[in-house]
Amino acid sequence: MKETQNKLLSKSKATREDYLGRSICYFCIGLIIALVVCILYFITTRGIATFTQNHVSVWGFLTGQNWNPGGVDSHGKPEVGALPMIVTSFSVTVLAALVATPFALGMAIFMSEIAGSKGTKFLQPVIELLVGIPSVVYGFIGLSVVVPIIRKVFGGTGFGILAGTIVLFVMVLPTITSLSVDSLKAVPMSYRQASLALGANRWQTIYKVILRTAAPGLLTAVIFGMARAFGEALAVQMVIGNAVLMPHGLVSPASTLTSKLTTEVGNTVMGTLPNNALWSLALILLLMSLFFNLVVRFIARKGSIKK
Amino acid sequence: MKKRNLISTLVMLGAVGTVLAGCGSNNASSNGSSDASDHSGKITAVGSTALQPLVEKAAGNFQKDNKKIDITVQGGGSGQGLSQVQDGAVAIGNSDIFAESKDGVDAKKLVDHKVAVVGMAPVVNKDAGVDNVSMSQLKDIFTGKITNWKELGGKDEKITVVNRAQGSGTRATFEDAVLKGATAVKSQEQDSNGTVQKIVSSTPGAISYLAFSYLNDQVKPLSIDKVKPTDANVETNKWKIWSYEHMYTNGKAKNATADFIKYMDSESVQKDLVKKMGYISIHNMKVEKDSKGAVTDK
Repeated sequence: MKETQNKLLSKSKATREDYLGRSICYFCIGLIIALVVCILYFITTRGIATFTQNHVSVWGFLTGQNWNPGGVDSHGKPEVGALPMIVTSFSVTVLAALVATPFALGMAIFMSEIAGSKGTKFLQPVIELLVGIPSVVYGFIGLSVVVPIIRKVFGGTGFGILAGTIVLFVMVLPTITSLSVDSLKAVPMSYRQASLALGANRWQTIYKVILRTAAPGLLTAVIFGMARAFGEALAVQMVIGNAVLMPHGLVSPASTLTSKLTTEVGNTVMGTLPNNALWSLALILLLMSLFFNLVVRFIARKGSIKK
Repeated sequence: MKKRNLISTLVMLGAVGTVLAGCGSNNASSNGSSDASDHSGKITAVGSTALQPLVEKAAGNFQKDNKKIDITVQGGGSGQGLSQVQDGAVAIGNSDIFAESKDGVDAKKLVDHKVAVVGMAPVVNKDAGVDNVSMSQLKDIFTGKITNWKELGGKDEKITVVNRAQGSGTRATFEDAVLKGATAVKSQEQDSNGTVQKIVSSTPGAISYLAFSYLNDQVKPLSIDKVKPTDANVETNKWKIWSYEHMYTNGKAKNATADFIKYMDSESVQKDLVKKMGYISIHNMKVEKDSKGAVTDK
């Protein structure tokens, strides 16, 4: 009797395992959250030091066109104008997404609607391979192949937004493709069957039903691709030319936020204006990726498929 | 599936933990080396990428004879080197420039050890058709006043200036010697000798500058006022564009660190290794340059 009572009242092995598992999970989650908070806090405090400690105006930072944090201009104010980098970052990102989306969509439609399992089996590894190539390799190929070709065709030095776009196009293609495939596959089979039953052919089904239904997912895929392009540093840095100039064409050397960070961060001393200004660039990058994330969530909430 | 996720998370955490612990113990022992009596321990040298290959090679040789001393050499840039040695995070900060000329660094706290000299030469693409310029012409090119090689008697080819990253030691040295306070034209910037070499060799009309050890037959070094960029000309200051490679310590170097720095200054390093790696020995210099750029006879 007593034994049974004990057995019933004390915690079983399964319960203890449950507790253990739960506490490990909470610990991990806590650690990750703490990490994220630390990173956010660190970048934000460093990033706004340019404005609070060094008294650079935010507006001047966002609209100025001269970047020379080590020196001062004719009025004795430090020159930290990030506009050329912001503009270049956005142009490269948008152009790369514009070029990559049609290709990615085509591949996604082929893989989910047309090719069947055999074609998918072949294409899937190809796309995964593109993801697995390190960005420095893309940059190196860009520097040795893309830049000379652009130089031959368009003249100039070959470095610039166009070269950056071409390299990024290859890099965001797999991201957009695989996310698009997922969202196309999420379209319920009944939609296809209904469309075919109404007498629509395959193209009409794809165009009028599947793409329309999957549109929010496809948009999310494109935005994820853009976020990747926006944050890519190394490959872009190798082909963009790293000149803090307002881009006045697709083949003039320019500089993105990330490429500026990678080229200069080693030469600055913690706590000085040149270093703080770089943190401010990092803050812009962080805010932009938050923005991309919010857009993705918004789209997902508005347009999820109702089953 | 869930279990697998959990396991992989644990493995990840373990890896992160190990790395963190590694960092921690690394710092602890590099600090601890200062009070070790038998001159053993860890030395971490961080900073200039231009000096890195020499220090790495010398550290390798040094450790062969001193098994108890463990030397780690890292890049990161002169700014990193100076700020980390100032904070006491590392034992040695490598730098291409004088600590005095870097904002945010308190040079009085640091002790300078000059270990080598690096000469730099302007280089152009081979088909520019120019092999000598005057100092003022060079200045005009980099400030954007001269924009075509034909103004200097070369080919009718636009000049493409390739500069180095702002704040880099190489750029600071070049601007001190050539621009003398003038602002460089806005142009492309690259952050390594290797990339600059590749770009200049492949872009028609390109001009940049490189450390002597990166000069090869792919690019054409320019003479300035008919003086050729050679080691001998640097030693007498006939060639003006050169800088010291510094190894800074926070306060006087002690124990293992002192031994290593002494080794860097020894005949075997200066006579042999320094030359082999493309630097100029500090012992051969017939002049001396102070942190303000004033040159005096030794």
